[in-house]
Amino acid sequence: MTVIVDYGVGNLFSLKSSLDYLGEDGIVSGDENIIRSADRIILPGVGAFADAKKKLSSNSLDKVVVEEAKKCKPLMGICLGMQLLFEKSYEFGATEGLSLIAGEVKPIAPVIPKGYKVPHIGWNSLHFTGKGRNSEVFKYIAEGEFVYFVHSFAAMGCEDSVTAFAEYGADLTAAVQRGNVFGMQFHPEKSGETGLRILKAFCEL
Amino acid sequence: MITKRIIPCLDVRDGRVVKGVNFEGLNDVSSPVELGKFYNDNGADELVFYDITASSEGRSLFADILRKVAEQIFIPLTVGGAINTLEDFDRVLKCGADKVSVNSGAIRNPDLIYEAAKKYGSQCVVLSADVKRVDGRFTVFAKGGRINTGLDALEWIKRGVERGAGEIVLNSIDTDGVKNGFDISMLEAVCEAVNIPVIASGGAGCIDDFTVLFSNLPKVDAGLAASVFHFGEVKIPELKVRLREKGIPVRL
Repeated sequence: MTVIVDYGVGNLFSLKSSLDYLGEDGIVSGDENIIRSADRIILPGVGAFADAKKKLSSNSLDKVVVEEAKKCKPLMGICLGMQLLFEKSYEFGATEGLSLIAGEVKPIAPVIPKGYKVPHIGWNSLHFTGKGRNSEVFKYIAEGEFVYFVHSFAAMGCEDSVTAFAEYGADLTAAVQRGNVFGMQFHPEKSGETGLRILKAFCEL
Repeated sequence: MITKRIIPCLDVRDGRVVKGVNFEGLNDVSSPVELGKFYNDNGADELVFYDITASSEGRSLFADILRKVAEQIFIPLTVGGAINTLEDFDRVLKCGADKVSVNSGAIRNPDLIYEAAKKYGSQCVVLSADVKRVDGRFTVFAKGGRINTGLDALEWIKRGVERGAGEIVLNSIDTDGVKNGFDISMLEAVCEAVNIPVIASGGAGCIDDFTVLFSNLPKVDAGLAASVFHFGEVKIPELKVRLREKGIPVRL
């Protein structure tokens, strides 16, 4: 069973529909016991970092997610859920993250050339790092496949963990992995067949 | 590399897809669920559902249909039509929409853009503008293109961006339904005015209209159309092959 952590942010409907489509037993829940009993955890999220962190912490779900991840349970953070995996974000002031992966979340505007629009919205291709080519979650997809991005901030200073980047005038962190903890800056649940294959691979872990 | 997006727009009234020419003379085309699934499987990069229902019964029917659509499609879904309050945002987001398009509701209450962007994020708020030349000036029209607001389109769009809109859909009333190509000069003016994604709408009649759009205006991010897709005059897979042949990046 895969739990989609419900902490009051994000479009959980699409993720649940994706798991249903894949025939995977998915549950949307903010209940500690269900999260602890799940085989794997998806941490979704859209919106602002500080607000999301506050909501996740308000019922101690941040501790639950971190503890379960440290027991080697597969965890996938998606979009803002991925950003929460890092040490710190600078969106609307500095906010501490879950510190499961080393690195910080910073605005993309200063690192991309002038003329590139912010947010980075649309379908962009995934380019794997050496580490990414062997990542379990990418076993059903090929170099250069397209996925859907919507973001103005990205993880930086996390070179050791990057499994894929997207070219947008600069190489933006698109996916990370540290052991059993995975992060996707894009939305696999909105990335057509390619995204479904990433979720399928994750559900097989 | 980021790609240009191709977006079919489905106008829905009382649960069925309709398409107006110059916003009048609507024809029933098909079921929103079937059409949405068809586009999801046939290369659409995103879908827009526009609810032109007037009644509250029609609204709840639309909500049911939206849920059914969202269950089956795994590409971004934008919903518009009668979005006047934050509750309206909430209503369609809960049914599976990823973005919400505002038009007349934002003209009536410009704070709606700011409030929605604050609550749901700018990426969620799409400002859709119906624009027509009046005495040589780009002017915003409301209520599906029926009412001249007197607002200068470039000023209005810039204000929308300042308030937090994350994308612009520019629909040219002058070229809409004419099928003689997108409104290049109007789009160019908007692309110069703002630095957020601009989606071109109104005027697509054939594949070449899209190649001309993206070749002439590299700053345009997406092309939106309805009937040319619904009636199969432009098949999206063929369109994308042609765009790629012309060196325009697309998702194939």
